[in-house]
Amino acid sequence: MSSIAPLTGAAQSEPPLFWLRLRRSRAALVSAVILIIITSLALLAPVIEFLLGVDATRVDLFNQYAAPDSTHWLGTDEAGRDVFVRLLYGGRISLLVGLVAALGAAVIGTTIGLFAGYHGGWLDTVLMRTTDGVIALPLLPLLIVLAAIDLSKLGIPEAIANSEMASLYRIVFIIAIVGWTTVARLVRAATLSVRTREFVRAAEAMGTSSAKIMLRHILPNVVSPIIVATTLSIGVVILLESVLSFLGLGIQPPIPSWGNMLTNAQELATRAPALAIWPGTVIFVTVMAFNFLGDGLQDALDPRSVRR
Amino acid sequence: MLAFLTRRVLGMTIVLAVMSFVVFMLIGLMPGDPIDIMIASNPELTPADGERLKRLHGLDLPLWERYRNWLGVALSGDLGFSRTYNRPVLDILLPRLGNTVILLGLSSLAAIAIAIPLGVIAATRPQSPVDGAINLFCFAGISVPPFWLALIFILLFAVTLGWLPAGGMGAPDACLFARLEFLVLPVATLTIASLAGYTRFARSAMIEVLRQDYIRTARAKGLGPARTVFGHGLRNAMLPLTTIIALDFGSLFSGALITETMFGYLGMGKLIYDSILGNDFNLALVGLLLATLVVLIGNFLADIAYAVLDPRISFRALEAA
Repeated sequence: MSSIAPLTGAAQSEPPLFWLRLRRSRAALVSAVILIIITSLALLAPVIEFLLGVDATRVDLFNQYAAPDSTHWLGTDEAGRDVFVRLLYGGRISLLVGLVAALGAAVIGTTIGLFAGYHGGWLDTVLMRTTDGVIALPLLPLLIVLAAIDLSKLGIPEAIANSEMASLYRIVFIIAIVGWTTVARLVRAATLSVRTREFVRAAEAMGTSSAKIMLRHILPNVVSPIIVATTLSIGVVILLESVLSFLGLGIQPPIPSWGNMLTNAQELATRAPALAIWPGTVIFVTVMAFNFLGDGLQDALDPRSVRR
Repeated sequence: MLAFLTRRVLGMTIVLAVMSFVVFMLIGLMPGDPIDIMIASNPELTPADGERLKRLHGLDLPLWERYRNWLGVALSGDLGFSRTYNRPVLDILLPRLGNTVILLGLSSLAAIAIAIPLGVIAATRPQSPVDGAINLFCFAGISVPPFWLALIFILLFAVTLGWLPAGGMGAPDACLFARLEFLVLPVATLTIASLAGYTRFARSAMIEVLRQDYIRTARAKGLGPARTVFGHGLRNAMLPLTTIIALDFGSLFSGALITETMFGYLGMGKLIYDSILGNDFNLALVGLLLATLVVLIGNFLADIAYAVLDPRISFRALEAA
């Protein structure tokens, strides 16, 4: 018993240490609180819609560009729809896209990073040269091409290709297949250092398959960079989604997203500047919160990182 | 040196070849066939004419055969015509490329010129309020949607204050100086978009360098703080910065696409965007390849600059890397 006690003690001290380090970063904590508030408001959108007695989808041409009042907290847009509730519904979409696409990119990047780092040799060379190539590309024009292709020409059934949700699936997919590079590089670097540790050598000596070594022995030890990179990339994804939707190639109306709420903002800039200001501010604050949180997590998860 | 050049040119050719193949395939998947559009817009043409035209242009062949044909013609120097402009694509692209290079050049220079002093100021005073303010500014810079920043600039400086034009280019034959007022807002937008990243790297590179032994030596021999920081520190901190700036060319071009579209600036980014949306596939394809080539050349020049800046790195070392 006595020989086990210090071990469990060490294991138990890990989460508190992590929280202690995270708590030191005030910016990360404030960001976490802001993100929790924004996410809960977005999730509660139908409830808030009901409580305020408005309908986010109802077009009311007699009530365009209404000034903020007790019903329409942020006024109404060019179609007379409530801006505040539409922002909340848009947040559901933008946050969902951010989360799912970042997770998708993390899965792709982790797989590539693990294989490149563990196997080394020509596989490593090919994968990392590909990664460097993708990083150097002008990605936005490429994303625009990807966003403009006709899904039915890919052999995807018309029912799905032309459905309302198709733009949502598409944007998650195309962002994931170009956004994996950061995770891949970080995971490869971490894998290279874990690969030489004794427990990996021991597993190899016992004849464990390489797939099992990567999954059971290496993956758990490279989780920190994955978490940090994924958190940071949620912000990047939200920015990408907003610009593509703004350009008319992302989330398609009538589904609101923070980006496509800004599509008409430029023409309406003189008439209703508030319509340009609110969605942009929400994107800005959310992305900044994810960046601060990612930065704080990095300091908290990496024991070697010194706050410089 | 020669081996290094050969390797790099070979690598760039491979990237371009892969890129042209991928983009060609993707464009084959775009909605709206050019011949169908031609028929729809011209009542004199019958569907049978359409079939004949498609055969004439080889559009009835499988996609990969069309790519092979395109590649053969393109390598012989004929990059084809633009459907919407009815002129050879290079005639349209090259003037636009010039405009984009002006935009990118000015904003890169501005971003570097601001980022380095900011990075040095923050690095020499770590944890101070100044450092905190610069850090906050950096986080804001990487988090702001560039198109929204452009929108706010238009709202503020063009609509509300009326100081600067909301977009456009000025008279086409005007000299660069006369166009300057049209460049201010696009350059400012693009500068802020890349400035934040550069500043963060400048700061961390500088902090890394200031901990080195040769800095302590410089101080110990009685060198003043300014000469230590700039003469010994900055020169060495510039090296990682060069790499970062080189790797950033691709995203800089993405930023140019947004900025040009927002301000109606007639550059390559806006041209590519318009040609994709306007089903001008040949223009889009060649435009994307040209953009890729520009980015690759930028990377290449940065590698050379790296070797020139750092006497420890020879071209032989770059070859081995």
